[in-house]
Amino acid sequence: MSKTYSQEQIFKILSEIPDPEIPVINIIELGILREVKFVNDECVVVITPTYTGCPAMKVIEDDIKIKLKEIGIEKVKVELVFSPAWTTDWISDEAKEKLRAYGIAPPDHSSQDKKVLLGKARDLKCPQCGSKNTEMISQFGSTACKALYRCLDCKEPFDYFKCL
Amino acid sequence: MTVQEAKFEYLLRLGDSSLIIGHRLSEWCGHGPILEEDIALINIALDFVGNATSLLAYAGQVEGKGRDEDALAYLRDEREYRNLLITEQPNGDFANTIARQFLFDTYMYFLYEELKSSKDETISAIAVKSHKEITYHLRHTTEWMYRFGDGTVESHERLQNGLNDLWMYTSEMFDMDEVDAILIKEGIVPDLNKVKVSWEKRVHEVIAEATLQIPVTVFKQKGSKEGKHSEHLGFLLAEMQYVHRAHPGAKW
Repeated sequence: MSKTYSQEQIFKILSEIPDPEIPVINIIELGILREVKFVNDECVVVITPTYTGCPAMKVIEDDIKIKLKEIGIEKVKVELVFSPAWTTDWISDEAKEKLRAYGIAPPDHSSQDKKVLLGKARDLKCPQCGSKNTEMISQFGSTACKALYRCLDCKEPFDYFKCL
Repeated sequence: MTVQEAKFEYLLRLGDSSLIIGHRLSEWCGHGPILEEDIALINIALDFVGNATSLLAYAGQVEGKGRDEDALAYLRDEREYRNLLITEQPNGDFANTIARQFLFDTYMYFLYEELKSSKDETISAIAVKSHKEITYHLRHTTEWMYRFGDGTVESHERLQNGLNDLWMYTSEMFDMDEVDAILIKEGIVPDLNKVKVSWEKRVHEVIAEATLQIPVTVFKQKGSKEGKHSEHLGFLLAEMQYVHRAHPGAKW
């Protein structure tokens, strides 16, 4: 029965699943959904966590099963892979724009700041007013993948999606 | 000892250290000195527990006796735990926690850097992922090292006390035994002497820049690799494992 759907169609259906913490982008735009394949009559969906301890992974797994059950695919296996390790570079430009519009400063297009050990923070644009006059309040924000900043011009605090 | 047995043992050492330090950090929830720091400590705790989940899940597969990550975390007693002694030490004051995290994070940072090139694909994949996370943790704790060390007389003294108290637990991080020897030969894990050189260099640099002193401790406490722990681990496990053991197989 599940063979009546192509991988492309499955991808399209799964693109309706939002990230539980950041509902403006879906799991494909975020780069969490890696692969869909059929093994015998089972639909295998491969996902990768943003952070190893990300509590949203279990919710995403359940969402995938529910979504596929809705279209009649009962035999679903969700596999978790760590390699290649998730990176913020997988977030598409459109998704970055959606993040910004949602009030989260998107990650820069460069992974792993080498200066990280020296504790240097980077210049960030405020997602509200666009000012670069911002400062970091804390490297750890409302979720594992975000840091907390504030804009010194419009005074708004905002989340920054950390580069990984 | 077979390679498989050595690998299981090594994964417990890594996984247990992450789990126990993650649990210790989680005790800060609602007690952090400021809200942002409370959130930071719990984020870091979450990373460590997540990391432990991956390592212990893999340990269970390697062992092949049907134990999953939960069975390994909740149904083993003290003597079966292989976490480094430093990870089970109580939080103390905030400076003490920072000292513990700094010494441990620096160790994990250099250890995972080496494990990235492990010939075991799963260990390598977990190391790549964890190294990215630990980089953020280390940056955070290093900043506090400077702030406290080069801060007020009070903050300097408290951090120095923390370092002095914990220093005797650092040498066992670099002890190697049969498990290491077998896995080094297979290209699965690094020689810890290599990690030690990087660790010492970095720790000495930061301590000097933070105007602190390297503690002079002659006594070195060891034992975690044989499951000999300080008295603190038993109490920690009692709290961590209570619900799981009181309600076996419970789900929600």
